Amino acid sequence: MRAPFGSPVLDAACRLLVPFLLLFALYVLVHGHDSPGGGFQSGTLLAGAVILVRLVRGHPGGWGLERRAALGLACGGVGLYAAIGLASLVFGGHYLDYSALPLPLAAASRRALGILGIEVGVTLGVTGVLVLIFDALVAWEGEEA
Amino acid sequence: MKGLAGPALALVGMLLVVAAQGLPAVGDATAPAARHVAPRYIERSHAETGTPNFVTAVLADYRGYDTLGETTVIFTAGLACFLLLGEGKTR
Repeated sequence: MRAPFGSPVLDAACRLLVPFLLLFALYVLVHGHDSPGGGFQSGTLLAGAVILVRLVRGHPGGWGLERRAALGLACGGVGLYAAIGLASLVFGGHYLDYSALPLPLAAASRRALGILGIEVGVTLGVTGVLVLIFDALVAWEGEEA
Repeated sequence: MKGLAGPALALVGMLLVVAAQGLPAVGDATAPAARHVAPRYIERSHAETGTPNFVTAVLADYRGYDTLGETTVIFTAGLACFLLLGEGKTR
């Protein structure tokens, strides 16, 4: 990107919008148990907030989410999903059988928590991947296109 | 050979129309697809997973392995973009 879209108006609008985007992403994530929503949608909203800030501010490292950090986020998200599956395997259940997790709760609640855990993993993974794709397609000022 | 394309297309189209007559009606509760595991998801997913939304229960619990694969597909796409497009610019 040769120049940011930045202007005082856009900056102010972005400042208003981004906190609500983040809050709504969190809501969509944790309310996925009761209503339409979940990891993929929440990750898309989070990535949308990050990309909005990057478009307005015009530099790649907004909020410390450098390209490398986004890669780490994507790896960590998928890794968290797989790790929860492996943990239930280690504690004597089937792969991704969350009721085997050693938590002091009823079996159904353990499953609900396991679902929340993997949804968090999906959210982190989708956020990282979308930011990665955006950064890959954009040449920032000062970089060679 | 070129003259065969039209009749072959018509034949395949007719076969599709005839086969479509055998499909169950939309929302048919007695269709094979609705009698296999769907009743169990509807009746017992709340008790078994503590999740009122049984779309989430199926997506993340009963079919969790499938969703892991989906997440891996997305991750692979992002990784490909990073390696093919993103890395070259920083050097």
